[in-house]
Amino acid sequence: MSDSSQTSLYAAREPIFPRRVSGAFRRLKWQIMIVTLGIYYVTPWIRWDRGANLPDQAVLVDLANRRFFFFGIEIWPHEFYFVAGLLVMAGLGLFLFTAALGRVWCGYACPQTVWTDLFLAVERWVEGDRNARLRLHKAPWSAHKARLRVTKWAIWLLIAVATGGAWVFYFSDAPTLLRDLVTFRADPVAYGSIGVLTATTFIFGGFMREQVCIYMCPWPRIQGAMMDEDTLTVAYRDWRGEPRGKGLRRRKGEGTTTIEAPEATTRAAGPKIGGRSPVIPMHFGETKAVIQRPKFYGDAPGDCIDCNACVNVCPMGIDIRDGQQMACITCALCIDACDEVMEKIGKPRGLIDYLALSDAPRERAGETPRPARQHILRLRNLIYFGLWSLFGVALLAALLLRPEIEATIAPIRNPTFVTLSDGSVRNAYDLRIRNRAAEAREMEVTLSGGSGLTVTLESAETGTVTVPADTQGLERIYVTAAPGDPAATAERTDIEIQVRDVTSDATTRVDTTFNGDDR
Amino acid sequence: MADHKHDKTRNAEPETTGHEWDGIQEYNNPLPRWWLWTFYATIVWGVIYTILFPAWPLVSTATAGVLGWSTRDQVAQEIQAVEDANADMRAGIVETELARLHESPELHDFAVNAGAAVFRNNCSQCHGSGAAGAEGYPNLLDDAWLWGGQIEQIAYTVRHGIRNEDDPDARYSEMPGFGEILGEEEIDTLVAHVRSLPDGTDPLAGEGGQLFADNCAACHGEDGRGMRELGAPNLTDAIWLYGSDADSVRQSISEGPYGVMPPWGARLGEAEVRAVAAYVHQLGGGEETPADAPAN
Repeated sequence: MSDSSQTSLYAAREPIFPRRVSGAFRRLKWQIMIVTLGIYYVTPWIRWDRGANLPDQAVLVDLANRRFFFFGIEIWPHEFYFVAGLLVMAGLGLFLFTAALGRVWCGYACPQTVWTDLFLAVERWVEGDRNARLRLHKAPWSAHKARLRVTKWAIWLLIAVATGGAWVFYFSDAPTLLRDLVTFRADPVAYGSIGVLTATTFIFGGFMREQVCIYMCPWPRIQGAMMDEDTLTVAYRDWRGEPRGKGLRRRKGEGTTTIEAPEATTRAAGPKIGGRSPVIPMHFGETKAVIQRPKFYGDAPGDCIDCNACVNVCPMGIDIRDGQQMACITCALCIDACDEVMEKIGKPRGLIDYLALSDAPRERAGETPRPARQHILRLRNLIYFGLWSLFGVALLAALLLRPEIEATIAPIRNPTFVTLSDGSVRNAYDLRIRNRAAEAREMEVTLSGGSGLTVTLESAETGTVTVPADTQGLERIYVTAAPGDPAATAERTDIEIQVRDVTSDATTRVDTTFNGDDR
Repeated sequence: MADHKHDKTRNAEPETTGHEWDGIQEYNNPLPRWWLWTFYATIVWGVIYTILFPAWPLVSTATAGVLGWSTRDQVAQEIQAVEDANADMRAGIVETELARLHESPELHDFAVNAGAAVFRNNCSQCHGSGAAGAEGYPNLLDDAWLWGGQIEQIAYTVRHGIRNEDDPDARYSEMPGFGEILGEEEIDTLVAHVRSLPDGTDPLAGEGGQLFADNCAACHGEDGRGMRELGAPNLTDAIWLYGSDADSVRQSISEGPYGVMPPWGARLGEAEVRAVAAYVHQLGGGEETPADAPAN
């Protein structure tokens, strides 16, 4: 019991020196890192020919002209629902993955994780593995230490600049912007954005690391609601590992019992004890395996030899044996670390493993756990997946069914009509025609139906208006009812304006009303 | 170190803050120290900010801030920046012959948009925000013009106004009040005659026609189609500035309308006058300038 006068309410960050580890999950993380960073850095440089009037960058957020280009897809501001829909899908996807596999986003794909992983790799390359870095950390400042530190920071800074630099290329033509950037002619906003993102990358990846996840990110705090007892997440089989201990306390083989379990119980239980075995979700065999397990594990030592390998490799600096905790990003490196040790001491792998909490009591009781398939394909996940697919299909349909030309019409209500000198009644409308094509198009504006009304365009005496490439044309049009026409004296008459693309013959119709002089 | 921390907490009493309420103790989950420093940094930032910028309230004013920044200066600067950016356009509007303005779409668009703003600020009080006018204030959307609907003519009307005493070049004409000239019966006849003109009645036919020829045709023409040089309206069209019912027409004939519009040239400046002319001209009734039209 500590007294408040002695206890500090603030704690300095404890430096973490994760040890190098190898294994299936480490390999997977390297692969994901290469793919995600590759996508991030390379995407702005992919070219995509759209014709002379449109940018040739495959992915471009053109804020100045309010266009978003994604390969063959072009999104206009009024189609922002695509972005909203994708965000909904991203949200539902996150629910789905978290409900099924816990914090896989945090552990594998989150930029904070990926860049921290990259920075750690640099750190390890420059300063050595865990013990060397610990020594260096404790060592007084010297030329050697300074050289290593400066080298490390310089490489970090290079990565950070490249990260901030890549970001701005998404918003402007990349080759042009790069040329402007290096000749100091680019917009200050570009330099500012690069500066901010360089600073955040450098600081978050190099120095803040797990602090970002624990204290700055809201996601860990939402986890609880997303996960349930069927979620497969990184956990420690304490019933197998405890009581943990080292060397002399271990009385190997004493009082063991042999049980049969499906291979899925533990990955280690398979025939390949001592060899590599794949990740659990790929491993649903019914093959029987033999596990040597202490008969009374309360008395006999458990499989955990308390080597701290799982703690030493942890980028968050936690101990997975304490159970599920907010700071755990489920990067699964402790699984690799523990498996390596279990292999060396001839114990089954999977002391730390992807595990559903609902299986814990079964395994404690010596029963067979349910296969991963059953955990993943449960109602909740199927509902998430269904909703996710629903949005996906709807967005895809909306994308494919987009009309080639679109028009909207707004009657000018002030005044609703104008009487002309010959007694005819005229209404004015703002007609907006969207031309998505890569070249200017002639649009023919006519009144559909056999009404006696006539339509004229403000800017053109012909019935056609030219809408430049990839723009929305605004044209004021007039609809006139001759004196004596029923529409001239009716309060309102429904009319339909037809817009036809002369080049492609695509047509669209817009409904509106005509207001007569009914006084 | 993490493992060190682990050893400390494992199988030991968790550290508490020492606070206890009815036996409930509070675990000590210390806040990261950098968070505290960030908090202090925001305080320092806040203090510096209030020194640099206007902040601290005084009795009737506030501290000005050592940078001398103010929202009003900011607005003035931004307005100046916009004006500087538009200087070429404004010069272009003044230099370009109005009848040829539409040949430069960029300049024309600029003039129309600028003119719309000028119109809402200065003209909409009488002519309405939609330019539809009101009784006695002409509708600018239709194709009937008292003094001419070519863009130069509109600009002249805006620049000098109508029947005002401020501008010697104001458009001027005066319709006499016929109440003192004609008898009541004659006026009744004339009212009926004038009201029938839009239906195609010969302006000179019958008793009314005789009265029309003697009293009205001098300005409104023998065909009744008016005379723009005098601002005399076309009486054969469907548009009645002061109303088409018998009482309104009788009042117009008896008293003689005297619509006044102030001159805007001095108040707005030439660029604005031309811009608002361009705006009004494209509202739906603008007339094309003939190739041989004299500069107005």
